[in-house]
Amino acid sequence: MIEFRLPSLGADMDQGTLLEWRVRPGDVVKKGDVLALVDTTKAAIDVECWHPGTVLDLVVAPGQTVAVGTVMARLLEPGEDPATVPPATPVAAVAAVTAPAAASAAPALAAVAPPAARQPVSPAARRRATELGVALETIVGTGPGGAVSLRDVEDAATRKTTPRDRSQEIRGTIAAAMSRAKREIPHYYLSDDVPLGTATEWLRRTNAGRPVSERLLIAALYLRAVALAAVRHPAMNGWFVDGAFRPSAAVHVGMAISLRGGGLIAPAIHAVEQLSLADTMRALSDVVSRARAGRLRREELTEATITLTNLGDDSVTAVHGIIAPPQVALVGAGQVSERPWVVGGQVVAMPAVTLTLAADHRVSDGHAGARFLADIAAQLQRPEAL
Amino acid sequence: MSEKLSYREAMREALRSALRRDPRVFLMGEDVGRYGGSYAVSLGLLEEFGAERIRDAPLSELGFVGAGIGAALGGLRPIVEIMTVNFSLLALDQLVNTAAALRHMTGGQLHVPLVVRMATGAGRQLAAQHSHSLEGWYAHVPGLRVLAPATVADARGMLWPALEDPDPVLIFEHAQLYNVEEPASSAVGDVDIRRAHVRRAGRDLTLIAYGGMLPRTLAAAGQLAAEGIDAEVVDLRVLRPLDATTVLESVRRTHRAVIVDEEWRSGSFAAEVSARIMEQAFYDLDAPVARVCAAEVPVPYAKHLEDAALPQLPAIVAAARSVLGARPA
Repeated sequence: MIEFRLPSLGADMDQGTLLEWRVRPGDVVKKGDVLALVDTTKAAIDVECWHPGTVLDLVVAPGQTVAVGTVMARLLEPGEDPATVPPATPVAAVAAVTAPAAASAAPALAAVAPPAARQPVSPAARRRATELGVALETIVGTGPGGAVSLRDVEDAATRKTTPRDRSQEIRGTIAAAMSRAKREIPHYYLSDDVPLGTATEWLRRTNAGRPVSERLLIAALYLRAVALAAVRHPAMNGWFVDGAFRPSAAVHVGMAISLRGGGLIAPAIHAVEQLSLADTMRALSDVVSRARAGRLRREELTEATITLTNLGDDSVTAVHGIIAPPQVALVGAGQVSERPWVVGGQVVAMPAVTLTLAADHRVSDGHAGARFLADIAAQLQRPEAL
Repeated sequence: MSEKLSYREAMREALRSALRRDPRVFLMGEDVGRYGGSYAVSLGLLEEFGAERIRDAPLSELGFVGAGIGAALGGLRPIVEIMTVNFSLLALDQLVNTAAALRHMTGGQLHVPLVVRMATGAGRQLAAQHSHSLEGWYAHVPGLRVLAPATVADARGMLWPALEDPDPVLIFEHAQLYNVEEPASSAVGDVDIRRAHVRRAGRDLTLIAYGGMLPRTLAAAGQLAAEGIDAEVVDLRVLRPLDATTVLESVRRTHRAVIVDEEWRSGSFAAEVSARIMEQAFYDLDAPVARVCAAEVPVPYAKHLEDAALPQLPAIVAAARSVLGARPA
């Protein structure tokens, strides 16, 4: 039997709310099929399964909030006899305070939470919750030993009428991640002004012959340049976990995307080093629209190995970013503007961008960072090779 | 103006008043006459009422408590003083097997209108044979009424109603209370010896105490008030029959209870109170009932060890905070 558990959809996630099931008991699923839509503090995310099988039963009901690691559904392995499977045990919804999922957000399924204990609820609170129609499992207790108290229930009843404020939750998530980054990561910062005369001219010519929907943006060039450079500078690409750096062979570039309601999210575009420029552009458009619709996939939120932030639309010269843990580097791009540039002894008006690097000094030094940044700059001088 | 009266003087006044009011009343015990009582409660009464009514008894608790039972059966209204509850164990047979049982054994034909007063409690460096709190044992026994006056007014006002009771009444006077003073004007009239009393009204939790623990518990409530925690204080004052109604009404309002008891925790009177709350107010509780009791050792002689063994103010405050959880209600 296969237990389909709620995966960690981000280093800061310790619980999720099932929004809907995409399968029913009896459905045959293969690896990679989306089984459920789960709401986290950041977005509604499609959750896939990792094993082929037949859905036996759905343990968690839509609307339930459960801890990471909770069995959400059970699948029969190919050829398995359902008669041999014991009945499912009901799921305890999230109780009290879940310990923050430690930094070890290892790839794929994160640490499986221990089976949730019975939620401590005072007798008076339990009775009051029934009277008020408040679901106890949605309440975090503040009474003795984290028990749900009378006041917790009454507060929850008041809150119930207030709609959930996702931008507030995203703000909290960003606050936690960025505070941790500034606490734990000794950042160093480098910057370089990079001429983009060749690149912008090449883009203009290339786009001239394309329909609007297939035009390339400078951001796609940055993505490719960063990815190709990162392959050659492994100290910039990977995760710092449990006191050690784990470089990544693939370059999954987290693209910082500002959200309309405020806040930002940096979903990963996978294996950019292997994509064509056109595919990179398509992946970028796709992830931006889905991020803004709040529909990202699990691995997009968890697997970035380096981040690119492009504030080119915001008329700033440079961005000195904060690294997203457990990553170790972040490349920033400011606005592309014409600047006085000396070419062959002459001052000319040159489109240029200030590229910056924020990198983790536990993993690399300024010299290595400078070479990485120079490599990106060099890539951008040969756009046709991107 | 506000003339002060001590707990000791209030008890003496209660004795004097009863001796004057009813010629059947007499006081008997070790050193109650010439010495004036081991806690000086009866000082001067021998001179005032004479040796017939203020009777020094030989050193035999079994003997003089038995004599008191006989006098009560014979129509008198004896008040027997035992030095401490520890020594009352020598009279346990008379108290439990005779005084408490006779009414029931005789189908109501015989009543024993006996009042027994004794000191209880620690805090005076009198060590393991003079300091224990065993009133809870007597509160276990049907046929006895068990009183624990904690204030000057209760010391003054409980004796006469006790004498009017046709059945045996035990009065436990905590040795630490004798010097407590209150305005004399507060100690007027008889006290209801069937009811507990709310000494301080509060919303957030109920502190339950009796006897020697009451002043300390009220002080804890004062300290909690400074932290914004509004504690109600219930003085049980009658351990048998227990006035559960007053306790339960309070807990149903505050949803939290801390019981302060100088007895050892295991099998303490606090355990009985806790059980009543759990049985009858379970669905009103917003936190587990907490108890603050004495350390489970014979009360030590050394001052610092004795202090450490007894429920002290910080422990009461800490227990109150613990039942409130992460934030005050």
